[in-house]
Amino acid sequence: MADTTQTQERPVYRNIHVSQIVSYRLPPAGIVSILHRVSGVMMFLLLPFVIWLFDVSLTSEISYERFSSAFVAGVGFLPGWFMKLVALALIWAYLHHFIAGVRHVWMDMTHSVSLAQGRVSALVTLGASAVLTLALGLKLFFF
Amino acid sequence: MQENFGSKRLVVGAHYGLRDWLAQRVTAVLMALFTLVLLAQVMFGAKLGYERWSAIFSSQWMRVLTFVVIVALLYHAWVGMRDVWMDYVKPVAVKLALQVFTLAWLVGCAGWAVQVLWRL
Repeated sequence: MADTTQTQERPVYRNIHVSQIVSYRLPPAGIVSILHRVSGVMMFLLLPFVIWLFDVSLTSEISYERFSSAFVAGVGFLPGWFMKLVALALIWAYLHHFIAGVRHVWMDMTHSVSLAQGRVSALVTLGASAVLTLALGLKLFFF
Repeated sequence: MQENFGSKRLVVGAHYGLRDWLAQRVTAVLMALFTLVLLAQVMFGAKLGYERWSAIFSSQWMRVLTFVVIVALLYHAWVGMRDVWMDYVKPVAVKLALQVFTLAWLVGCAGWAVQVLWRL
């Protein structure tokens, strides 16, 4: 019982503080992970907007006109281009969340998880969601 | 019945961790399949306008499927948002308030969506 008073200094691992976030460099899998969260919260917050779109697009032919004009003439004080921008943000969030989710389920089911695979699938997730968002964005704004 | 005393006593959680983990995946797969089903109906057929769009949600099977997906979304988003609050919000009172807000928000949204679906 000699070493009870003299304890060795142990390493302390604390949570990352908000102010330190920028200085941490995340690997691709980490970027996918945090964006999975961000996109989920975005869709949660914009859920009433999505249901409003669902509502006006389905209720009647007249309300359907309001639905399509929302992206041209705008809604209230919000211009049409802004509505399109919000829609595009939702499109990205959906695509990223979808693909990142498929990646998750695939990893859960196959158990084939390695550092290299995780890296490649993370890059594929980021790339695929970006390319699809770009394509749908071009369609939304220019065609 | 499972032994729950002595050395076999359960000392952690109520096992909702595994249940929620599984539920989040099952509901995700359901919503993904719904996306594909809806996308197939939107992409193939005549020019998309009010007629065809409302016809998609007028069929009884699509209405039931959409209802199931609304409930799945409710549960899925609840598990996800609860995770977010648990990870980032420490004070118990604030966490509880945010969780109550999340539930009210989601149940409200689900109710609205169901109303839209069934007055068609």
